[in-house]
Amino acid sequence: MLQFDSVNAFLHMGGHGPFVWSAYGITMVVMLWLLLAPLRRSRDMLRQVRRHQQRAPAQQVSAHAATEKSEVQR
Amino acid sequence: MANDRWQWWYRLGSPRWFYQASGSWLPWLSVATALLFAVGLVWSLGIAPADARQGNSFRIIYVHVPASFLALAGYYVMAVAGAVGLIWKIKLADMVMVAAAPLGAALTFVALVSGALWGKPTWGTYWVWDARVTSMLVLLFLYLGVNALYQAFANREVAARACAILALVGTVNIPIIYKSVDWWYSLHQPATIKLTSAPSMHASMFQPLVVMILAFYCFYALVLILRVRAEILQREQRTTWVRELLEARS
Repeated sequence: MLQFDSVNAFLHMGGHGPFVWSAYGITMVVMLWLLLAPLRRSRDMLRQVRRHQQRAPAQQVSAHAATEKSEVQR
Repeated sequence: MANDRWQWWYRLGSPRWFYQASGSWLPWLSVATALLFAVGLVWSLGIAPADARQGNSFRIIYVHVPASFLALAGYYVMAVAGAVGLIWKIKLADMVMVAAAPLGAALTFVALVSGALWGKPTWGTYWVWDARVTSMLVLLFLYLGVNALYQAFANREVAARACAILALVGTVNIPIIYKSVDWWYSLHQPATIKLTSAPSMHASMFQPLVVMILAFYCFYALVLILRVRAEILQREQRTTWVRELLEARS
């Protein structure tokens, strides 16, 4: 079922190894970046909110609640 | 009654609702994406037969075609989200549009680079200025243009309106990309998969391609949701529900 009988043959790809592996490699690097970038951004955002919260505990909550309500109505 | 009928539409437009609902979709989507890629990669790199004429360089098709599919489908997502935001003034639609631009640019980049790496052993050159390749390059610039335009405005709503218009004007390019291989003489081979006829490939080569396309679709959905969630957190960081979210976590 497998097309290659050895790891070397698999890496060599009948002489097309550099093209095949760099195409798959670049694709993987780009996809990993796509996946990690928004996760990192969300994490940083939540950290920032937490820091903010610790500094000013719930002082502006009522004002924010008002803006949020108007958003829900929209 | 009319109110009830439209309620789901407005709820769908609520960032808070989306953030909470999408949180329960993510595990399923991640598992599906991982499984499809695991199966698809083993199948396309190890099990699918080499092409009689192109040899093993043919295996590049399994990243090139799915990436190109999503680069094009992603443009529809961006343009339709832009239009919805423009017409109904739904903020979530604007966020989807903004999230889709860099994602589409990255996939177009993958399509172009994998195409170049496939072109060298097959056509003897990395790059040709033919209709298909050039119109894909235009697609990349459209995605980058929408992204840059959004960054250029301080006011989010003005930025979203400008981006939506650019995205909608840019849809002219999409049928040109699809039809480029038929309208102009091209080195690029015609479409492998058509809705109207059987695929021009043997099943042993075609089946892994279907798995990889599904994997890329799931990946696209996953990343789009993650990007929209990050955007929601940034915009809504001062609201009570985000504070409550943090309190519930700790």
